[in-house]
Amino acid sequence: MAEQFSNREGIKGMINPTRYGLERVAYWMQRLSGLGLLAYLIGHIYETSTILNGKAAWNNMLSLTQTPGGHLVLVIVIGMCVFHTGNGIRLMISEGGKGIGRPGQPEYPYRASSLNYKQRLCIWVSIALAALAMMYGAGVLLGD
Amino acid sequence: MATVEVSTEKKAEPPQTSVPAPSKPKTITLRISRFNPSENAETKFEEFKIPVQKWTTVLEAILYVKENLDHSVAVRYSCRQASCGSCGMKINGKPRLACYTKISELESNVVTVEPMNNFPIIRDLAVDFKQLFSTHKKMKPFIINEESEVQPGAKEFIQTPQDLEKFLQFSYCIKCGLCNSACPTMATDKSFVGPQGLAQAYRYTADNRDQGKKDRLKIVDQSHGIWRCHFAGSCSNVCPKGVDPAMAIQLLRGYLLGFRK
Ligand code: HEM
Ligand code: SF4
Ligand code: FES
Repeated sequence: MAEQFSNREGIKGMINPTRYGLERVAYWMQRLSGLGLLAYLIGHIYETSTILNGKAAWNNMLSLTQTPGGHLVLVIVIGMCVFHTGNGIRLMISEGGKGIGRPGQPEYPYRASSLNYKQRLCIWVSIALAALAMMYGAGVLLGD
Repeated sequence: MATVEVSTEKKAEPPQTSVPAPSKPKTITLRISRFNPSENAETKFEEFKIPVQKWTTVLEAILYVKENLDHSVAVRYSCRQASCGSCGMKINGKPRLACYTKISELESNVVTVEPMNNFPIIRDLAVDFKQLFSTHKKMKPFIINEESEVQPGAKEFIQTPQDLEKFLQFSYCIKCGLCNSACPTMATDKSFVGPQGLAQAYRYTADNRDQGKKDRLKIVDQSHGIWRCHFAGSCSNVCPKGVDPAMAIQLLRGYLLGFRK
């Protein structure tokens, strides 16, 4: 069957976080932050490797992180790091079958017990911790 | 029927459930996605004005169009009561059963119906379930037990209510495909087993009459199998029967990771 008839939603549907609740938003943020951290890791290795070219090159690179743009990137990295870790721990536990409720007789209106308040609380806590860490980081980086 | 005497001294309270005033039918716009692969490869939307009551379902609105306005709209349905799993479609952007979704609960005067994503379109709102059914069959959706053949002197398997509860909700799956349509992995990976199949693999594995756990774990433990689930939970968000496929998948994964026996 030709792919255009297959009606697969594609990447646009995959990343659309608007329709299926907080868990889908967390899925998308975990992806984004994972990829962001990977990009940062690669950039970071490149950045620190400039020391091989001597002190001047290193200082030159370091000064990049002292710009407002550099500070912004670092603050975002802090946020991604904290959210990814917090939500990652939630996922590791849940994906092993813990904290997702117990099977039972479904009752109308059939709220799924794997999408329980503990899950949502963990997501919100990860977001809140990331926001706090970003504020603290911004304070240190931008403050006097 | 027993008659109840009401003392005439004390005025009886007016009954709480008075007959509701007949609600005025409202008119909404139903936008139907039209697509016929044999004619052209373009999807277009057609709009119809439909009178609806508080209780009118999306399926009834579509059938109104077929009866009165345009009989050529292709839609699949059968039971009209969320049991057969035929009428899944995208309603105002989200996969739902048309027979189980009231227009009034959508809180919009414009209702857009489209074929479910991640399934090939046959025509208009009808999609092809070949892959869904074949994946379902691959999960060996039956009890595997050497003693299941009925032989003289054989006794039934006794299960306690607790044994039953371990798999009961997963056995309520009607194969409507809404979960596969909502799944973000399914959106990009055409070989992914999908939440429906994975939930059924768990349904039989969790049944204490079954001895096919090893077989099924092997089937789902593949590159396009269970590990492609990222627990986005969208399957369970849309499931109309309370199956909670996301739970089944994580419990199944618990076996593979050795967290569960
Ligand atoms: C304590 C630190 C970390 C924890 C607990 C953690 C946890 C996780 C978990 C559980 C997942 C899988 C989520 C899923 O099932 O979809 C994941 C995905 C991922 N992580 Fe991490 N992670 C950590 C640090 C990092 C770091 C430092 C990087 C980058 C270098 C990174 C990059 C990624 C990427 C690229 C993905 C894939 C995203 C996806 O496919 O959705 N992670 N992480
Ligand atoms: S698990 Fe739920 S949404 Fe998925 S096919 Fe079965 S009944 Fe439909
Ligand atoms: S018509 Fe059977 S599920 Fe909707």
